[in-house]
Amino acid sequence: MSAIAVRARGLTKTFGDVIALAGVDLDIAAGQVHGLVGPNGAGKTTLLGLVLGLSRPGAGTLEVLGRRVGSTVPDEVAGFVDGPGLYPTLTARQNLAAVADLRRGPRRPAADVDTVLDRVGLLDVAGDPIRGFSLGMRQRLGLAAALLGEPRLLVVDEPANGLDPAGKRQVHDVLTDLAHRGGTVVMSSHRMDDLAALSDEVTLLSQGRVVFTGPIRKLAAESGELDWRLLTSDPDAARRLAAGTPSLRVVAGRGSAAADDRALVVRGPETALDDLVSGLVTDGIAIRELGPVVPPLEAAFLALTGAPQHEGPR
Amino acid sequence: MTAVSAPARAPAAAPARAPRASLARTYHFELVKLVTQWRLRLVLLACLVAPAVYTAVVSRQTSLPADALYGRWMGQSGWAGSLAVLVFMGTLVLPLLTAVVAGDVFAVEDRLGTWRHLLVAVRSPLVIFLAKTLAALTVILALVLALVASSIAGGLVSIGNHPLPGLDGHVMGAGELARTVLLSWLSIVPPTLAFAAVGLLGSVALGRSPLGLLLPVVLALVLQGVALMPVPVALRVALPMSAFTAYRGLLTDPVQQTPLWIGVLVSLTWAALASVLAFRMFVRRDFADIAYDGSGSRFLLAGLAPLVALVAVTTGLVAAATGATGSGIDRSKLETALATSFSHLYVLQTDRLKRPAVTEEQLHAEARCDKGGDRVADTGPGSDWRCVVSWTLPGSTATGNAIYQLDVAADGRYVADGDGPKEVNGFFQVRTPTGDAPNPLWQFDGSVDLLENTPRMLQEGSR
Repeated sequence: MSAIAVRARGLTKTFGDVIALAGVDLDIAAGQVHGLVGPNGAGKTTLLGLVLGLSRPGAGTLEVLGRRVGSTVPDEVAGFVDGPGLYPTLTARQNLAAVADLRRGPRRPAADVDTVLDRVGLLDVAGDPIRGFSLGMRQRLGLAAALLGEPRLLVVDEPANGLDPAGKRQVHDVLTDLAHRGGTVVMSSHRMDDLAALSDEVTLLSQGRVVFTGPIRKLAAESGELDWRLLTSDPDAARRLAAGTPSLRVVAGRGSAAADDRALVVRGPETALDDLVSGLVTDGIAIRELGPVVPPLEAAFLALTGAPQHEGPR
Repeated sequence: MTAVSAPARAPAAAPARAPRASLARTYHFELVKLVTQWRLRLVLLACLVAPAVYTAVVSRQTSLPADALYGRWMGQSGWAGSLAVLVFMGTLVLPLLTAVVAGDVFAVEDRLGTWRHLLVAVRSPLVIFLAKTLAALTVILALVLALVASSIAGGLVSIGNHPLPGLDGHVMGAGELARTVLLSWLSIVPPTLAFAAVGLLGSVALGRSPLGLLLPVVLALVLQGVALMPVPVALRVALPMSAFTAYRGLLTDPVQQTPLWIGVLVSLTWAALASVLAFRMFVRRDFADIAYDGSGSRFLLAGLAPLVALVAVTTGLVAAATGATGSGIDRSKLETALATSFSHLYVLQTDRLKRPAVTEEQLHAEARCDKGGDRVADTGPGSDWRCVVSWTLPGSTATGNAIYQLDVAADGRYVADGDGPKEVNGFFQVRTPTGDAPNPLWQFDGSVDLLENTPRMLQEGSR
C-alpha cells in the first residue's frame, strides 16, 4: 500500500470564469483522518469531487492510492460530496442494496447491508423509505453506502452535517475506526471542533489555494495572538492590572450583554497572560473564568483565510 | 502561511484501473427506479385500461368518431378500434409518453441531487448512459405493448372479429387484419424511438427545466404545425412525425412501401443522432460543477442545430431519391384512386344488398375531379375537391354517375362524402334482406401516396 493516499501537484480546476482550484499541491498520508477546511467557495468540494473522479482537473496531476486518476478512480475509493444523494422512493435497505449491487465484483449478501446499517445506527429504520429521514439520518445512510465498498480511501463532505450529538459521536467512531484499521479518511467540515476531535492533519483552503497543511496542533500555532476573556471577582482592579502588564492589551469584549460588562478581554501572547494571572493571584483577585474568545483553531482559520477576527481596542 | 508538509514519497504512479459496474446491474437499478415511481405506474395502468374502455364504449355508440381513420368502422369490426386508437398515438400520446419516461430519466438525478452518488457507485458515464437509455426504452415499449393489447382486446371483446375493408377498399379477413394491425403498431415504434431519443437529449441538456421534460411534446406540436402548412412533400416525409401515419400504406394491397420505409429510416436516423448528441453532452458534463443545471445555449448549438441540419439533408435526399415535388397531391392521383376505391366499395355494397355479383374490373369505374373550379389549379390539399365517378354494370349500356365532395388533407388522407344519387351514396345506411346495414359508399376515407409518381389511391369504405 502506498504511504500517500492522495497526492496533488499543481491541481487546477475552473468552471467557466470561476477558478475553483488554483495549483493545489497536497499530500495526504494513508491511515489518517485528514480534515479539509476553508471558507465557502474555497474549493473543498471541488477537490473532493476530483478525488472521487467526478470530474477531470484542468491542469496538474492527481494520484489516488498510488494511481493517477482522470475521470476514473480506483474502486477502493468511496464517499460522497454535496450530500449523500439517495433515492427517496426506496427504503434505506433498498438504497444500500442497490449501491452494493452496482459495485463491481460478486454480489454482496444482504447481511453486509445490515451490518453497515447497524454501524451507523440505522438498522431499526432499514425498511423505511428515506423520504421521511432527517438530514442527519440521510448523512449516516450516505456514510453507510460509502462503507459498503470497504474503501481504503473514504471521501466525505460535511459528514456531521445535521447530526445530533449522539449521531455525531457515532459517525466520529466510524471514521476513526476506519483510520485505525489502516484506511484513510478525507473529510471536509466547517466545524473546527469536529476537525480537532477527528483529524490527524488538516488542509486549509482559501480561494482555491492551500494556505496550510499539516498536523492540527501546528494549525493552532498559526493563530497568532489570541483574545482571552477573564471573569474575575474585581473587574476594575483586574483591568488596571492588565493594562499594566507588558505585551498585553485590553481590547473590547464581544457583544454588549450585561453579563459581558463584567468580563475583561485581553490580547497578547500566552507568556503575558501568565504574568497577568500571577498578578491577579498575588493581589487576591479570584479568577472565575478564563478562556480564549475564539478557539485557537478557529482563530488560525480566520487568520490564514484573511477573515476579520478582532474588534478594535477599547 | 505554512509550507506544504513533506510526507514520504510514494512509488511512481501507475494508471488507475477503470472499475465499472456491469451494464446489466445498472440497467436493473435504473429499471427499479423507474417502476417504483407512482407516476409511471399510473401511466402504465392508464395504457392498460384506457384504450380498452375507449374502444369498448365508443364501438357501442351510435355516434362514431368519423374524424379518426377507421373511426366510422368501430361498430362493425373489433379491429377498427385499435386502428382508431392508433391515430391518436402519433398526434400526442406517444410523444407525451416519451416525455414522461425519457424526458425525465436523466433530469430526475438532477432533481434528487443523486448524480454524484450514482457516478461514485457506477464510475462509468458510458454505463450510466446506456443503462438509463435502455431502461427508458424498456418502459416505453412496455407502455406501447399495453396500448396495443388493450386496444385490440377492447375492440374484439366488444364487437368481435369481423372483416374490415382496407384503405383501398379490399376486404381483409381475420388473419390479414391481425397481421396488418400488429404491423401497423410495429411501424410506430421507430418514430417513438426518435421522440424518446429527443426526450433523452432534452433531459441531458436541459436538466430540471420543464422544457427539457416536455421537449418531445414541444417537438410534436411544432412538427404538427409544419405538417399543417403547404410544405413540399419531401420535407413532410423527412420529418419523424410522418412516420406515425406511414402505417396507412400497410392497409392497401399492394402495400405502399416507400413512405413506410422512408419513415422508418428517417425515424431511426433521428433516434441515432439524438442519442449520440445526448451521449456527447452527457459525457462532457462536469459533475463537480454543483451550480450546473442545464444549458439552453449549449442545447441550441450542440443539440438542436444538428437535428435541423438532419432535416435539411434528409429533405434533399428524399427529393433526389423519389423525385417528389410540390404537395404530392394532384388531380390525376385523386381520379385514379377514387375510381379504385369506388370499385371496391361498390362490390362490397352489392354483396351486402345481395344483388348479382360484380367485379371491380367489370365496373370500369372512372373519376373526374376538379378543385375549386376553373380558376384554381387542380393540385394540393383542400376541402374544395369535387369528383364524379362513372361506371357501367355488366350487360348494361347505361352509365352510372356518383358525386363526391373530397376533403383532402396535406398528409394525403382524404374523406369522400357522397353527394348523390341517393340510391348509391345518398344515405348512410342501405336496406339489406337481413335489415339495415351501413352504406360503404356514403362516406369513406382514403389516402394518397404522396411519393408515388404513379397515382394510387386508397380508401376506407364507410357505412
